Amino acid sequence: MISRTTMRRIVAGREAGTALGLFVLCLGLWIATPYFATAANLTNVAEQSAIVGVIAIGMTFVILTGGIDLSVGSLVALAGIVIGSALQRGLPVPVAVISGIVAGVVAGALNGVMVTRGSLPPFIATLGMMSVARGAALMLSDGRPISGFPDGLRLLATSRVMGIPSPVVLMLALYLFAYFVLTRTVFGRYMYAIGGNEEATALAGVDVTQYKTLVYAISGLSAGVCAIVLVARLNSAQPIAGIGYELDAIAAVVIGGTSLLGGSGSVIGTLIGALIMSVLRNGLNLLGVSSYLQQVAIGMVIIVAVLIDMGLRRRVHRSTRSSA
Amino acid sequence: MSSATILTPPPALRMRGITKAFPGVQALAGVDLDVRAGEVHILLGENGAGKSTLMKILSGGQRSDAGSIEIDGRAAVLDTPRAARDARIAIIHQELALVPEMTVAENVYLGRAPTRFGMLDHGPMVRGAAALLLQLGANIDPNERVGALSIAQQQLVEIARALSLDAKILIMDEPTSALTERETARLFETIRGLTARGVAIIYISHRLDEIFEIGDCITVLRDGRHIVTQPIDVADRRELVRLMANREVDELVPASARTMGRSKLRVEKLSHGSSLHDVSFSVRAGEIVGFAGLLGAGRTEIARAVFGLEAIDGGIIYVDDREVTIRSPRDAIAAGIGFVTEDRKGEGLVLSRSVRDNVALPILSRLARLGIVRSRHEHSTAEDAVRDLRIRTPSVRQLARNLSGGNQQKIVLAKWLATGARILFLDEPTRGIDVGSKAEIYLLINELAMDGVAIVLMSSDLPEVLGLSDRVLVMREGRIAGEFTRADATPERVMACAVGM
Repeated sequence: MISRTTMRRIVAGREAGTALGLFVLCLGLWIATPYFATAANLTNVAEQSAIVGVIAIGMTFVILTGGIDLSVGSLVALAGIVIGSALQRGLPVPVAVISGIVAGVVAGALNGVMVTRGSLPPFIATLGMMSVARGAALMLSDGRPISGFPDGLRLLATSRVMGIPSPVVLMLALYLFAYFVLTRTVFGRYMYAIGGNEEATALAGVDVTQYKTLVYAISGLSAGVCAIVLVARLNSAQPIAGIGYELDAIAAVVIGGTSLLGGSGSVIGTLIGALIMSVLRNGLNLLGVSSYLQQVAIGMVIIVAVLIDMGLRRRVHRSTRSSA
Repeated sequence: MSSATILTPPPALRMRGITKAFPGVQALAGVDLDVRAGEVHILLGENGAGKSTLMKILSGGQRSDAGSIEIDGRAAVLDTPRAARDARIAIIHQELALVPEMTVAENVYLGRAPTRFGMLDHGPMVRGAAALLLQLGANIDPNERVGALSIAQQQLVEIARALSLDAKILIMDEPTSALTERETARLFETIRGLTARGVAIIYISHRLDEIFEIGDCITVLRDGRHIVTQPIDVADRRELVRLMANREVDELVPASARTMGRSKLRVEKLSHGSSLHDVSFSVRAGEIVGFAGLLGAGRTEIARAVFGLEAIDGGIIYVDDREVTIRSPRDAIAAGIGFVTEDRKGEGLVLSRSVRDNVALPILSRLARLGIVRSRHEHSTAEDAVRDLRIRTPSVRQLARNLSGGNQQKIVLAKWLATGARILFLDEPTRGIDVGSKAEIYLLINELAMDGVAIVLMSSDLPEVLGLSDRVLVMREGRIAGEFTRADATPERVMACAVGM
């Protein structure tokens, strides 16, 4: 699926720097603590990253078009509660899972309609949705967690495929698919074009409104998928789940080199960004760093990553622009 | 100080051996430039010749790798915009650098607004701005928001800002590109007033007519090198073009014999709000119809309305004598219409994407199967376009951002030709493009017409409209005020019609 030229482009591109960062981080932790490079711990890290990793896919789409989605954390809770109540009412697992996904997609599409038809800035529309969805999740559940689910659901989190936890396999498959969509399909090309210059894209006859609406629906979809993994893993649906996930997802996208201005970036970068976040958290835990200090460290990594990225970008930009 | 220097005062500006390299590009290779106080010094060169880089170095926007700068005979270090401002050097950028949300007066005094007790003091600011604008003959309210002004007016505000700095050396980068003839004339008066006061002006422009009107002295740059400096009275037009491009270029493509086919596009009684009233015209296959008129006369609006970007209040559009309904660019494209917009960077291209992606954008779904882009098709479409339109790019993977203005414009053309458009609206197709590339674009337009494409050309550059068009329609206040055949269309007649004399 990935040809040699694409391989070369990945290696030479922006992702290489991020990957190097991840590599150095892992190397440092491997030296610093004997507990890091164990199979059990690495599996754990991968599982940790799967949760935010999945929402970060949708977030990459949204940010590529020049938007932002602050509602995904709340949508995870809402979709989770929908799944939980469906199961509680005795609906079969597939139906419950699908209704959770539908909840995510519908709420996401609403975001999209507010942004496109309503001309609301994405920040505002999704900020509103963040509160609405959280409130809806609390109302539906009466503020209490829902638990006690059939084994079918739990298997989604506990089973393994060739020794790799299912959520990780799911995440990797979704990334591969998203990579394919962004690089090979008409839809993917439109994402970059819209983010790069919405006016020019509309003038080229592309129905920008429709595609932008779709992008927020995709973000809602990835929140729905994330909710399935989370509910299965905790064996419980919680109305206060997913708080702050939107920021972690944005951080993963940004560390991965996708420009918040839209038009440039990649889903591979996002995957690496998500891995950096969870490796960092895990490593700091292993080193016994207080959770307060951890927050400081993660914040600094985000800032430094973007600073480096901007520096690189500016240098490339300047050298090409000034020759004109 | 020796007696010799007293007899001949040092030039206001002396740049020596200015050198600047960017990765992969030698932007400037030891350029010298002398500008005397009170002269208008024209800087001429194709895009990429190094004019902008040289001026950025002079205005502190960039540092040179080597070379020296003297101002009034004293060595100067201009490593920041601040240092340049302190040396009383001001630059008027071609791309406007104004804050749209602030008022005209606030923009004029941006960064050094008069304050009283730490608060903005509006009185002197508004009075000062009003005086400067009056001096420019611009009828602009200093309290107006800049975003509400037309591009031409914004350019005047930018000029007022430079004037307010009381500059000794004033750099103007294509200041007239958005101005009408009248505004240009006013600007020239202002320039003459400034030079009479001893201000040295460095004037960058591609418009040969205005260069000869306003310039005292001319310097040609090519490929980062100084080619020649001479007084304007000994300069020769064709010679300058040749020096700039280092090749013979006809100033305008001569009209070639074209055979015109059937009516391709017919527009009847097109109306849109207050900008278009009952506009009717038709274009035949292989015909170039030019629209002349002052800025804001409604030329761009016609193209936008026909292309489905503006909802029209009335009017019928026929393509190949069949009525078509166009509500969106997609409808227009389906009807075989293409639109090369005035604002190349804002509406024409996705600068952050490659040549290939830009060319393929409007036809992606055609190049795809089951939503998956067939890369080989896409690649060969782009390769064909690069070859057919002679786009100079190392590869189709090059980002659009990295190409020169002329080549960017060719990408936009290529994009529309790829859709199979047989009707092309070209709005200011050569704005901001150097002379060499201009000639190439003219040649292309001509070739397209010969190939049977119906072309609607909108331009404020009168020689361009007159030189290319088979028929010229003149717009005034949203109406077609006159129609001229190629033979009848003299600049005087067309201008008189455009201003309503």
